[in-house]
Amino acid sequence: MAEIRLIEIKEEILADNAALAEEIRTDLSRRGVFLLNLMSSPGSGKTSLIVQTLRRLRDAYRMAVIEGDIDSMVDAETVSREGIPAVQLRTGGFCHLDASMIRLALNELDLANLDLVVIENVGNLVCPAEVDTGATKNAMILSIPEGDDKPLKYPLMFSICDVVVVNKTDYLEGSGFDLPAFRERVGRLNARAPILEVSCRTAAGLDAWVDWLRSQAGAIRGSAPR
Amino acid sequence: MHELPVMESILKIVLGHAARHRVRKVMAIHLKVGELSDLMEEWMQRYFDYVSKDTLAEGAVLKIQRIPVRFRCSGCSAEFGADIRQEKEIRCPECAAERPTLIAGREYFIENMEVV
Repeated sequence: MAEIRLIEIKEEILADNAALAEEIRTDLSRRGVFLLNLMSSPGSGKTSLIVQTLRRLRDAYRMAVIEGDIDSMVDAETVSREGIPAVQLRTGGFCHLDASMIRLALNELDLANLDLVVIENVGNLVCPAEVDTGATKNAMILSIPEGDDKPLKYPLMFSICDVVVVNKTDYLEGSGFDLPAFRERVGRLNARAPILEVSCRTAAGLDAWVDWLRSQAGAIRGSAPR
Repeated sequence: MHELPVMESILKIVLGHAARHRVRKVMAIHLKVGELSDLMEEWMQRYFDYVSKDTLAEGAVLKIQRIPVRFRCSGCSAEFGADIRQEKEIRCPECAAERPTLIAGREYFIENMEVV
């Protein structure tokens, strides 16, 4: 019987993706394009927040959207109606977007004439947190009806994002959602991410969100050679 | 939830090493997976069996070591483990400082493989 040999591998499983993500970040930074990865559960308001953001920033930034949510053109059509270029990724039920899919989507866009690209990731709080898309910054939305316990259930998602948007604050009253407890739980996992309370329906808090985005995108635009 | 693409990545790396070392068959693969990962071992094996069909790695057993979550204190640099899903505040056991930095628990690493 043949002897069993041990072969050392010592490789990161997601190394290929990590390398491509880094390449995308470098390339976009050189071009002065800010790429935002927006993640959340289904129904928490990704598309609404994107539409509200487009309306507020379209005069200052040349924007585009990469739609990754599962195989429907609905979100891309909603964005297109705003007159903004949208690329729909047909992910065929994939649970997250990876750097190679984002590379393909970016190739469809006229990057020389863009400042800000938003990725609408697949609605899911688990998988997108584990896979680097190459985005400049990661944002997540948690909506009030989802409950204040989500940082306990999905710690990785809350620990990797650069900003947490709490949406549907118009539902706060009577919901039992404990905002101070939620802030406390997020702060334990992630001390650096600001937590912004918004309502895409009443427009409350959206100015603070847009200001955050502007400060981040302004930084990358300011550093690019033009 | 995304076992399939992760398993495909593992298979690709394993088959690359197998080709370079003239391997006839991969018997086992030793992985290190951080506790923060939601991948379930049973499903990792099932998906691996699925993607590795008709390759040198068909039938290989995944031997998975879970790597516990560890933190480094931002105050005194002490390193310590903690249950990240608990209710309590995570504090440094040495100096009681809050908000430590996560230093382990997110791994996805192929250590080695047993082959013939």
